[in-house]
Amino acid sequence: MDLGSLLQYLITGVTVGATYGLTGLGFTIIFNTTGIINFAQGEFVMLGGMLGVAAHAAGVPLPLAVLLAVAAATLAGALMERTFIRPVAKASAVNLIIITIGASILIRGVVMLIFGKDTFALPHFSGMEPIRFLGAAMLPQSLWVLGITLLLLLGLKSFFSRTMWGRGMLACSYDPKAAALMGINVSRMAMASFMISAAVGAAGGVILAPITLTAYDVGILLGLKGFAACILGGLGNPFGAAAGGIILGVLESFGAGLLSSAYKDAITFVILLLLLFVRPTGLFGKGSGERV
Amino acid sequence: MLRLKNVDVHYGKVHAVRRASLHVRPGEVVALIGGNGAGKTTLLTTISGLVRPSGGEVLFMDAPITRSAPERIVRAGLSHVPEGRHVFKPMSVEDNLLLGSYSRYSMQTRPRVQEDLEDVFALFPVLGERRSQAAGTLSGGEQQMLAIGRALMSRPAMLLLDEPSMGLAPQVVRDIFKLIVRLKAERGLTVLLVEQNARAALKIADRGYVLETGRIVLQGPADELLENRDVQRAYLGRDLDREE
Ligand SMILES: Nc1ncnc2c1ncn2[C@@H]1O[C@H](COP(=O)(O)OP(=O)(O)OP(=O)(O)O)[C@@H](O)[C@H]1O
Ligand SMILES: [Mg+2]
Repeated sequence: MDLGSLLQYLITGVTVGATYGLTGLGFTIIFNTTGIINFAQGEFVMLGGMLGVAAHAAGVPLPLAVLLAVAAATLAGALMERTFIRPVAKASAVNLIIITIGASILIRGVVMLIFGKDTFALPHFSGMEPIRFLGAAMLPQSLWVLGITLLLLLGLKSFFSRTMWGRGMLACSYDPKAAALMGINVSRMAMASFMISAAVGAAGGVILAPITLTAYDVGILLGLKGFAACILGGLGNPFGAAAGGIILGVLESFGAGLLSSAYKDAITFVILLLLLFVRPTGLFGKGSGERV
Repeated sequence: MLRLKNVDVHYGKVHAVRRASLHVRPGEVVALIGGNGAGKTTLLTTISGLVRPSGGEVLFMDAPITRSAPERIVRAGLSHVPEGRHVFKPMSVEDNLLLGSYSRYSMQTRPRVQEDLEDVFALFPVLGERRSQAAGTLSGGEQQMLAIGRALMSRPAMLLLDEPSMGLAPQVVRDIFKLIVRLKAERGLTVLLVEQNARAALKIADRGYVLETGRIVLQGPADELLENRDVQRAYLGRDLDREE
């Protein structure tokens, strides 16, 4: 095994892993605000890719199509919170999870009815001429993926630690009653968390779509991987989720390259199961008892 | 300033508060005393909008707030320090206090919020020393100070305090009660104080109400309640044994 191929696996892994990380980040934002694990998170990623493709096919210039896709997915997030979550706000955690699974099936179904079962591609943002170094090749799109992921991460970090809105969202998760007493509109924050998660997920979906292609059902697997990224990084920890996603992407890529690509998806789930047994608080988890 | 008229509260079939009427005048400290499960917390959470009454009316500064959302009520100037403190444990002391100003926070009020933050640190120097520490790592007394400081950050006209002395050492309890007197004297703050520690509460209060199984059974000036035989037997006896 030469250095060039190893580097190649690393680049591929980090690129795909960044999207897992963004998906995981989406899980984290909703979980941190509402305590809900949103199993429709993968559908937001799918919506980003599919809506980007649709807008671009309709003649919208690429950069605008990307923004439009993210905006439309954000709206879908708001709609989902309003129609599925808010009316049953007092339901048990298990019921809420089942409701999010129902919502994911619905979203997937609607997209399938409109766009069919085909696989679509979005043009690369700045060409497909690979950048070659040390025997490996990197698509310019990979740089887009990494750059935008980094920007989103830094943006979210300062949002949650520096703005009053961000602090208010966190406060809702730690103690919704006390948050209400501070004057925070807890149910509006829940909606905002769905919108931000949808935006982050869709951004991940639309920047990856040129590399991995997209279809109505890519959200299932991406959602599960994003969830695995969260668990890997410790549920509730945004940076853990992003790092977990990248670790997962890299492991997958090396597994596929060194063993067989048939094992690619299995690797994620073996890791997920192992982790749930051995260290349920995640690699970067602070141990339990932190969030009550 | 605050007036409750025949307020009823139900939790399902449990009738927790029965036709309760009370009022608090501007600048007064009013104590609400009663045993375990009498309905004191329920009454306060009804005033601050966390619980909806099934009947009756709540007026704050002559405006009805009976079915207003909690965030509207904070904005109107009524701030609630909940039983058990409920600080945001993983967040820093400073972030907890800043969240207290959420209801009035904007670009324009930012400098004033910063001033108020320093005011709270002047009032509670220990919070200033621990401003970047997670609230969950504070002692019980410090968390109570944080909860009160956080409530003050909304610049309230009136404070609802639910058992601020709960679980605290006698010296810390004395400090908290001194602080209430100080807030009243220096800032003209109006306070509705719920306490199981009836003696200490009545000593600093102007008037008091006694709640028993959801009903207000007695009311009057605090010094009269302190002398009242029924109150002494039911609520002060235990305190007497402990203090002397
Ligand atoms: N969320 C709830 N659901 C159902 N019943 C409740 C709820 N909260 C309180 N109760 C009941 O309402 C009654 C009054 O409770 P409340 O907490 O208001 O009493 P309290 O005077 O504050 O007591 P304590 O001194 O123990 O704090 C009790 O019988 C209690 O069991
Ligand atoms: Mg109580």
